[in-house]
Amino acid sequence: MPKLQELQDLTVQVRRDILRMVHKVNSGHPGGSLGCTEFFVALYNEIMELKDGFDMDGKDEDLFFLSNGHISPVFYSVLARKGYFPIEELNTFRLIDSRLQGHPTTHEGLPGVRIASGSLGQGLSVALGAAQAKKLNNDPKLVYTLHGDGELQEGQNWEAIMYAAGKKVDNLIATVDYNGQQIDGSTDDVLPMGDLKKKFEAFGWDVLEIQEGNNLEAIINGMKEAKERTGKGKPVCVLLHTIMGHGVDFMMYTHAWHGKAPNDEQLETALAQNPETAGDY
Amino acid sequence: MKKYIDQGKNDTRSGFGAGLTELGRTNPNVVALCADLVGSLKMQDFIDENPERFFQVGIAEANMMGIAAGLTIGGKIPFTGTFANFSTGRVYDQIRQSIAYSDKNVKICASHAGITLGEDGATHQILEDLGLMKMLPGMTVINPCDYNQTKAATIAIAEHQGPVYLRFGRPKVANFTPVDQKFEIGKALMLNEGTDVTIVATGHLVWQALIAAENLEKEGISAEVINIHTIKPLDGEAVLKSVKKTGCIVTAEEHNYLGGLGESIAGFLATTHPTPQEFVATKDTFGESGTPEQLMDKYGLNNKAIEKAVLSVLKRK
Ligand SMILES: Cc1ncc(C[n+]2csc(CCOP(=O)(O)OP(=O)(O)O)c2C)c(N)n1
Ligand SMILES: [Mg+2]
Repeated sequence: MPKLQELQDLTVQVRRDILRMVHKVNSGHPGGSLGCTEFFVALYNEIMELKDGFDMDGKDEDLFFLSNGHISPVFYSVLARKGYFPIEELNTFRLIDSRLQGHPTTHEGLPGVRIASGSLGQGLSVALGAAQAKKLNNDPKLVYTLHGDGELQEGQNWEAIMYAAGKKVDNLIATVDYNGQQIDGSTDDVLPMGDLKKKFEAFGWDVLEIQEGNNLEAIINGMKEAKERTGKGKPVCVLLHTIMGHGVDFMMYTHAWHGKAPNDEQLETALAQNPETAGDY
Repeated sequence: MKKYIDQGKNDTRSGFGAGLTELGRTNPNVVALCADLVGSLKMQDFIDENPERFFQVGIAEANMMGIAAGLTIGGKIPFTGTFANFSTGRVYDQIRQSIAYSDKNVKICASHAGITLGEDGATHQILEDLGLMKMLPGMTVINPCDYNQTKAATIAIAEHQGPVYLRFGRPKVANFTPVDQKFEIGKALMLNEGTDVTIVATGHLVWQALIAAENLEKEGISAEVINIHTIKPLDGEAVLKSVKKTGCIVTAEEHNYLGGLGESIAGFLATTHPTPQEFVATKDTFGESGTPEQLMDKYGLNNKAIEKAVLSVLKRK
């Protein structure tokens, strides 16, 4: 599968983008971004069915909503490298007058973004609306979402989770970045969430787990399986077991890098672990 | 003009943390809650000293407000901590029904208020919180100007019976008010007496107002500077006394002009002593990413903007 090697290379380049973006402005969220790199690369290059170009309504193409907006660096990098906007624009991340706001917005008209996120816990509801609009439009394409696991502590998620099953919104695949970490510590220390799989199932969802959430092949196979399960009367949830900070040894397995940028020296170490593959911006 | 010395830049949120720590030692009824932002709210010292009086609720602000309301029923004085956006807009109805309408003694402590939180951008930069909170009957609304004053305000609100919204920020700014000052809720502070124009400022804009007054003095304009740390109840008397002398007023705040301090003062003066007024505030817009200084400049929230407003209001006298 030569394509797989290509995508593998892309994940390394995306990691470089993430690290360089947050380093330059000494702010932003590398931990969750690095942990979700394989997911984004797979989703945009292998899983979603996309039209060329971008329009807000996204009719006859799959849609993606990022609910945990703080991991904007990985979202922006993958969008840019997919061609939604110039790769050089990554240089403007979090700077004044930029389209690449700290958290994704539609306000500045960045192609690829359909809703503002950053205040946690709102994305699933929006995705449900978009999925139901697709049904009204007889549009057979799917709606994908990503949520943090800590983010699921917001009650609005559970209103949306109940609604999705109750109203049989089965053209939706909601993925949870199941890294077990949030700002103040592990999710177990902050607020234990119990058995997420059983919780989603009890709410009437079809749940699938991807144990190796940083393995491209596992993600591609898992997401294809998830796609197979749509259209059968139940919303589909993917519990994606990732490692926060994946790909940079000193950032892995800890919440410490949730929202902290590396200094010059740390950046150098981190980049050395991720040598350039597709050209730095 | 009266000189104010910056004792060393510090963030107002650290003033809150220091005040909370002191309350932990002096008032056994004070309890604290946080929604996964302990570091940002500087609550760790309180937690270390009083682990049993701290409640980590996770990323669930609505639940936090309800729990805080409930804790008051057992005689506790809950201090909730999260960003200003998630302390107000996110949980407005929970505050409205369970705290304000139910007259519960909850202290809503809100960091990262306004545009100066910087790079996180508009989703986190609430510029409407003063308006939301002041519209709630019975709510006291406080926006201190520096580290020392935020610490004093934190301590003072524990003694006040009733719901309070305490607003502070992220960036390190000049710390120029007295250490261990006594904080009187609802009492405006005269910082500099002047005769030509009244500048009433709140929060981060107070220091900017002092810089503006100094610059204006060089141009022969005598500006009276008043620090209004309490937006509600408003010290109308202090404003009235000043404008009767100067004949015009500039209000300055890190907030939308709709719903802010300036609007409160305009409403008050319209019914007591109509006075030409200019607003230094954001002009019905969302914020964006950038450094605090860049944003204050772009959105007209610094000494330059105040000076400009003074020059135009003087023409309308
Ligand atoms: C409503 C709301 N409350 C609080 C925050 C502050 N915040 C940003 S990210 C975060 C932690 C999110 O945890 P998780 O969803 O697990 O993401 P991860 O840390 O794994 O990237 C918090 C509390 C926010 N952005 N929105
Ligand atoms: Mg997490």
